Amino acid sequence: MPDLLETFVSYLQYGFVQRAFIVGVLISLCASLLGVMLVFRRFSYLGDSLSHVAFGAMAIAAALNFSDELLVMLPVTVLCAVFLLRSGNGAFIKGDASIAMISVGSLAMGYLLMNLFSKKANLSGDVCSTLFGSTSILTLSSFDTVLCATLSVLVILFFVFFYHQIFAVIFDETFAKASGVRVGNFNTIVAIVIAAVIVFAMRLVGSLLVSALIIFPTVSAMRVFKSFRGVTLFAVLLSAFCTTLGIVIAILAGTPVGSTIVGANIVVFLLCSVFRRVK
Amino acid sequence: MIFEAENLVVGYHKKPVTMEMNFSVAAGDFLCIVGTNGAGKSTLLKTLLGLERPVSGDIRFQVSRKEIGYLPQQNRISKNFPATAFEIVLSGRNSHRGWKPFYSAKDKSIALQNMERLNIREHADQCLRELSGGLQQRVLLARALSAGDKLLFLDEPVASLDPEATADFYKLLKTLNETGLTIVMVTHDVQDGLEYASKVLRVGRPNFFGSLEEYRARFA
Repeated sequence: MPDLLETFVSYLQYGFVQRAFIVGVLISLCASLLGVMLVFRRFSYLGDSLSHVAFGAMAIAAALNFSDELLVMLPVTVLCAVFLLRSGNGAFIKGDASIAMISVGSLAMGYLLMNLFSKKANLSGDVCSTLFGSTSILTLSSFDTVLCATLSVLVILFFVFFYHQIFAVIFDETFAKASGVRVGNFNTIVAIVIAAVIVFAMRLVGSLLVSALIIFPTVSAMRVFKSFRGVTLFAVLLSAFCTTLGIVIAILAGTPVGSTIVGANIVVFLLCSVFRRVK
Repeated sequence: MIFEAENLVVGYHKKPVTMEMNFSVAAGDFLCIVGTNGAGKSTLLKTLLGLERPVSGDIRFQVSRKEIGYLPQQNRISKNFPATAFEIVLSGRNSHRGWKPFYSAKDKSIALQNMERLNIREHADQCLRELSGGLQQRVLLARALSAGDKLLFLDEPVASLDPEATADFYKLLKTLNETGLTIVMVTHDVQDGLEYASKVLRVGRPNFFGSLEEYRARFA
């Protein structure tokens, strides 16, 4: 045990390990705040679907030889998010069906494009690491770190500033509309925030596992707290804890970072469920 | 005068559902809106709340949006939403908050006063699913009153309540009406629901607007 601790402390001295912790914790804080907004509106699957869209967009960027994939991923994902969140009334295709179609469609087309145009030797390795996250969290440049940190701080400020508005809209959208809130504009802003966080969080856990970061902390917190404030604060706390724990284990045991973080979330969820039974 | 509707036709996407209606609501009125299913009661309420545009005709309000409260149909509210009664009632003050990110002490005291007024102060820290149907309805009513306490719109408020809670709820509405609140209620319940009404609007063919006595003489 002391050996493990020593190894860990020695790792902590490296810049890339510090950056992984900072970015990981900040991104998962944002993801858990999104969860609070999505889970209660029964949009749990939206995060999953958008992450597949981001995967498809990344494949397009790779096929077109873009130097920075973010330039394609961000706008495409934002557009899809706006479309899906606003398509509620009078939509051509019903909500859950359109979400499923876009999700599966972009996953398949993304893989197809990567197959046709990839110039890299290890294609399946590439695809696997995009889907399940890779060690890329451990290879962040300081520019990436600053970008992620800025985005996270913006998302957290957005949530703090609009906390009561968010509560009013997700608890009862019609009531909010009737009292004069412009719900349509609000949904658009939320969609943009969601898309941005998903694109960045993909680097942490990969596109298949992003929705775990969004959903698990909120659902776990709901088992323990019954006020909105309690659930929100506890979800944020759980999320930061699980990500830290996940990265520590991944570094020490050499497991994949993304899956380990999700594993920690699952264990915490089970503990919270037991807590509710006992209580 | 609180508001009046002139040659009002309501519907969805410019397709009319009702015929032309003319009616008015004065301060202290208790207006019941009745009619068969599909006659356009809910559409009318949505139009009055500003959620739908009138197909034709005018609605003229003498009160501001911030003086209007609204109690939606209860089945639309998710019972599993983690929120305490106080958080829900306080959210009624959302449109009064302006650009401040947090509620003022005044907002909080108004929310608490309304909970006191409806006898649910002791349930402030409980969440909806822990409360009985009647108490849940009181929580949403307190939220409506916190949003605006001059004019109250209600949409089928007793649809999910048992007979005892229903009688209780009507008594509560009567008390609120007597203390100066103007009430507009969409209801299915032509038996007991109309008991405290001062005016009745029947949506359908034929339309009718008049006092409760006139309504009973024509339709009962």
